[in-house]
Amino acid sequence: MADRVLTGTRFVHGDWACAEGAISAGCGYYAAYPITPATEIAERIAQRFPVLGGKFIQFEDEIGAIASVIGASFSGLKAMTATSGPGVSLMLENIGLAVMTEAPCVIVNVMRGGPSTGQPTMGAQGDVMQCRWGMHGDVETIALAPQSVQEMYDLTVEAFNLSEAYRTPVFLLSDANIGHLYERLTIPREEELTLVDRKRPTLPPSEYLPYRADESLVPPMASFGDGYRFYSTGLTHDEKGYPDMSVETQDKLVRRLCDKIRRNTDKITRVEALMTDDCEVLVVAYGIAARSAATAVKQARERGLKAGLLRLVSLWPFPDKLLEKRAEDAKAVIVAEMNYGQLVREVERAVKPKPVRFLPKLGENPHTPGEILEAIRRIDA
Amino acid sequence: MTEEMKHPLSDYLRMDRLPHIWCAGCGLGIILHSYVEAIQELSMDLDKIVTISGIGCAGRASGYVNTDAFHTTHGRALPFATGISISRPDLKTVVISGDGDLFAIGGNHLIHAARRNVDMLVICSNNFNYGMTGAQYGPTTPLNTRTPTSPYGSIENPFNLVALVASSGATMVSRWTVYHVYHLKNAIKKGLQKKGFSFIEVISPCTTGFGRLNKQTPIEMMRQLRDNTKIMKVHPTEATIDPSTEIIIGDFVDVRKPTYGEILRELEAKAR
Repeated sequence: MADRVLTGTRFVHGDWACAEGAISAGCGYYAAYPITPATEIAERIAQRFPVLGGKFIQFEDEIGAIASVIGASFSGLKAMTATSGPGVSLMLENIGLAVMTEAPCVIVNVMRGGPSTGQPTMGAQGDVMQCRWGMHGDVETIALAPQSVQEMYDLTVEAFNLSEAYRTPVFLLSDANIGHLYERLTIPREEELTLVDRKRPTLPPSEYLPYRADESLVPPMASFGDGYRFYSTGLTHDEKGYPDMSVETQDKLVRRLCDKIRRNTDKITRVEALMTDDCEVLVVAYGIAARSAATAVKQARERGLKAGLLRLVSLWPFPDKLLEKRAEDAKAVIVAEMNYGQLVREVERAVKPKPVRFLPKLGENPHTPGEILEAIRRIDA
Repeated sequence: MTEEMKHPLSDYLRMDRLPHIWCAGCGLGIILHSYVEAIQELSMDLDKIVTISGIGCAGRASGYVNTDAFHTTHGRALPFATGISISRPDLKTVVISGDGDLFAIGGNHLIHAARRNVDMLVICSNNFNYGMTGAQYGPTTPLNTRTPTSPYGSIENPFNLVALVASSGATMVSRWTVYHVYHLKNAIKKGLQKKGFSFIEVISPCTTGFGRLNKQTPIEMMRQLRDNTKIMKVHPTEATIDPSTEIIIGDFVDVRKPTYGEILRELEAKAR
């Protein structure tokens, strides 16, 4: 039997690292439909899973892939899919089902330029709002944004942990630049990994209510075949899991589904601060764009400009309070993202009335450090 | 409730979910009854069956059965069930859903699940229309039928479900009606024991929708299932279906082929 965790240091691409992160996290089911630039994740999984006993299946479309992922999740396996923006568009209805029925699963979106078929081989950050608001109804989602090959691995593990802890789909928002980037990846020893498994019911089947939660708001999850004989539906349901169209049940359920994430925003949020303590210009960026931003901030400091970078490692739930606090002493905030204005709206809302300068970027190449430096310089002037 | 008053099938149903939502004269109750009776007669362990459904009137069936059960999104019961069948080969995965769910919005998944020979039993209630939304025409509606979305008569050719499923690779294919309860139950029993993609089409009257709009009473619709059906052992492509003239019913296909799960496990053994 081959090793599950491939401990050691290698020179690999981001999609490869994502696949190994999933395997390290204990992923036992992967379903997907080929799509650029995420296909390499499936190729790596298809190579590795048969040896490890994981179940890989290539579906007829992304809708089938995500539906089967939810089925596998309720069968007790850690399950995932990987795709790009067009694939997520097809999956959204069933991601809503995963939110509603509380199926832990991981959805990797290796973003490419859109809308529509867009720029299949080229990176972008245009699906940030899609994973937040693409589903109908009131939802809260969790999304992580890796900036390196190493983080493709680390945050895939983290995505599984969060999905298991909160019984909810978690997005890994990467992009073609990182998915196809070759860099050094260090995989830790198996015993160094922290892995989270979903809470299982402790009550006997006769007393188990599949959607009754304690103060954590996350109900323990039984699997098919465990003898709990639970029923689950995408309809509004009571604690038994039974459809109930009453106003009270809808109100209680939607609040709990959203609050189990909202109330844990501080626990879920991951940021990385670079020279922000005394900064007058706060740059906010994530993913590949944050790498240029980090260089720009360092260059600004060399020139005596008090700039700092707040890199958002998690994008959703959006850390309003943290943003407000970090921006408190800054004169202005710069947001650099590879789209025409998405997360900047959240930043503006959080730091109001602080001025926010937005640096859009459309088409493959991230901002250059020079472009961001120029923006810092203009605010400082 | 005293022991002698207990319904013989109450252990197999979620009694706290009854009465069901189906209309008087609808055939879904007979399908549900045949399903749980088949489980009972086979003495199957209810803990080892998962009942999955899509959306629509038939989609509600999973909620009444006392097994693990899931009511998925419209058309996606089969890929959801595929995820279970592959992950838990020790469980029997059963899908109960309607013709619109399985053959219109979910049609792509159906042909691919049959092609892969995923181990599951699919019971498809065919009522020739979209019952829950108010009897609109669907992929099974006979040509020229008047429905709310075909007020001048349907201009589309219907699918022959058994022919489509058989040609996609299903290893068991049957068609029965809710009038033929013993045949239906026996087919379900066979399907529950079968390894491979098994498909049973069950012709079932939609009295409130299709029946009312086409001026047929529930009893007339049931008589039609008795008088217009012919039990034959034919190739599924020859199993004609026209509710007003002739419906060929019977067990059409029963072959054994390696299932997706069996091939996958063989591959795993080799890869190791």
